[in-house]
Amino acid sequence: MNTFPIIRVITKILIPYILLFGLYVQFHGDFGPGGGFQAGVIFASALILYGLVFGLAELHKVAPPKVIEKMIALGLVIYAGTGLACVLLGGNFLDYNMLEHDFLIDLPSAIDFLPGDKPHHFLPHGQHLGIFLVEFGVGITVTAVMTMIFYAFAGREQVA
Amino acid sequence: MMDIIVIPILALLAVTAVTVARIRNLWAAVMFTGIYSFLGASWMLILDAPDVAFTEAAVGAGITTILMLATLSLTPRSRRGDGRLSSKDFDEKPSKTPILPLLVVAITGCALVYGTFDMPYFGDAQAPIQLYPDPSFIEKSKLDMHGLPNVVTAVLASYRGYDTLGETAVIFTAGIAVLLILRKTTAADAAHDLAQEKAREAVS
Repeated sequence: MNTFPIIRVITKILIPYILLFGLYVQFHGDFGPGGGFQAGVIFASALILYGLVFGLAELHKVAPPKVIEKMIALGLVIYAGTGLACVLLGGNFLDYNMLEHDFLIDLPSAIDFLPGDKPHHFLPHGQHLGIFLVEFGVGITVTAVMTMIFYAFAGREQVA
Repeated sequence: MMDIIVIPILALLAVTAVTVARIRNLWAAVMFTGIYSFLGASWMLILDAPDVAFTEAAVGAGITTILMLATLSLTPRSRRGDGRLSSKDFDEKPSKTPILPLLVVAITGCALVYGTFDMPYFGDAQAPIQLYPDPSFIEKSKLDMHGLPNVVTAVLASYRGYDTLGETAVIFTAGIAVLLILRKTTAADAAHDLAQEKAREAVS
């Protein structure tokens, strides 16, 4: 734990922006650069920074190890579950086109307000939804693994 | 104009690499590897690979440095045992004259440089990387993905979704393995370690 006030104050100012950037990289990854892996590492680095400055006990309150270690598996389950959902809907494994949902296309009342003559979609397309879900799964696993490795290192006492 | 940025970054990369190899203070060496990763990230950004630059900055400069520092805090700080940085950190001679390793490194280096002569020029439109896989792959991705503009994400998460599932499983497995090795599972384990440490202190 660090008692130096400048570091504590600056860290508190920085952490929300790091988390926000992590979320941006996660959920904007299909448009701009980024994706689940990068977002997960950025998110974990915010948690680790908090742990470095305010102490491991404080970080345990924010991110309880018991929850985080289950999130390692949860991310992979979300990824594989998306694939299985595609199978259950009648396609191949990870064939996101099966996640297509046509029921919200072409709301006639909204067409007038929107440019273009194509049918408008008010929920993401199958491919878009699939990519969103699997990237979300990757993000959760990476965040959890990085945080748990930090816990494993930081929780030990000096040996020598 | 770009040279003003490119040449200093490459020069700094080389200088940092040599410094990491020469310096004997472990704490400083870890810091220099962090700087090296950060310069690497800047270089990848210049090469128009922001995805890779993100990863390098977050993993290489951020988390790896922290984990190495965490490891250092559990072990003696420099080879001599005290944490001080001094001029000796650079001057200390290795115990043997490493002629054979030098020879191996020199020959490998020459072979690698010789290998680069066969590589296409930087940015060559006819280079294999621009032609395979089929360029239409890139052209059709926007239509396939219903307008998602990022081809990198489309390839990673959709066309090659199965590969990425495998990668996620690798991260999962690696994380579990590290936890199984490093984690103290129960309070009894921790108490046992503490007791052993006390015993060791009593002996010394």
